[in-house]
Amino acid sequence: MTESMRSEDYQRRNETLAGWPVRIASYRIGETHYCHIDNVSPGATIARAKAASLEDAEREAIDKATERLKKTRRHD
Amino acid sequence: MQDYAHPETIVSTDWVAENKDNADVVVVEVDVDTGGYDEGHVPGALGWNWAEQLCDQVVRDILPKGEMERLLSSSGISNDTTVVLYGDNNNWFAAWAFWQMKIYGHEKVMIMNGGRSKWLEEGREISLEAPPTEPAEYSAAEADSSLRSFLPAVQEAVAGGEVDMVDVRSPEEYTGEILAPPGLPETCQRGGHVPGARSIPWGLACNEDGTFKSREALTELYSSRGISGERPVIAYCRIGERSSHTWFVLSCLLGFSGVTNYDGSWTEYGNLVGVEIERGE
Repeated sequence: MTESMRSEDYQRRNETLAGWPVRIASYRIGETHYCHIDNVSPGATIARAKAASLEDAEREAIDKATERLKKTRRHD
Repeated sequence: MQDYAHPETIVSTDWVAENKDNADVVVVEVDVDTGGYDEGHVPGALGWNWAEQLCDQVVRDILPKGEMERLLSSSGISNDTTVVLYGDNNNWFAAWAFWQMKIYGHEKVMIMNGGRSKWLEEGREISLEAPPTEPAEYSAAEADSSLRSFLPAVQEAVAGGEVDMVDVRSPEEYTGEILAPPGLPETCQRGGHVPGARSIPWGLACNEDGTFKSREALTELYSSRGISGERPVIAYCRIGERSSHTWFVLSCLLGFSGVTNYDGSWTEYGNLVGVEIERGE
């Protein structure tokens, strides 16, 4: 029998990482916490992570996103 | 669904939840990163991978007719099936699939307003299992080229000035400050935009929760930037997926005719040799 699940504790906030605006969305499905980061105006996903706690999921996703965003060059 | 020009092309998350056992409806999550589908999806939804299942990666093209027929058949979709598409990145790739299904003549296809993020935000039921599917018979129409622009049409538009070019990328991509969305690989040699193109980022068509703005607000948005539906429009972005979102807004929600998606977009135009572009605002 398929277990019925829902996403819970969904939250979303805007921050700046490596000089770029990002939107950080977090939620929980069962015992797993997920974090998903996009780059707001373009709106593309740049990092996602899952972990046993909200803090760990966000930390991992933020680390990945920061690493990627640092590589973005501004051209004059 | 509000008073959109073609309300039959959009459904709410409520509608999808109420129709979860409707055998005439097939729901498909379309993602660029199918890790999202694997985390959990709308119960009964299939998962399509944009890069692997909705693009011809060898000739850089939409799916050939036969491949589209195979994809739909293997997904249990027949010509009469109502298909609801939703996905990550605010439905960009769902809009790409919608546009492509319209090219091949599928009549009953809809976008779930707000996409994957809205479903999650609302705390709705999700499933971790891919549903079983029974193959169906599918016969696609010949590709409708009136929904798509290729490079020659874009160059003609630039030279003639009788078609409105809409650049739906972020302002920083439009001006040439960056070559790709922050955090993504650069896929062109120079930054800027197609000469004469107006900057109307795709996201301006959406509310904070990813749903589309009202018809009135959308009309105001585009008309205030010179797009009123009286002239043909070519929408483009970087690889054609954000512009398929804008194509959906202009064609289906506002009912403009003569709107095409230039899916070659900036990765094609920005890399042309010997062709002038514009930079800045």
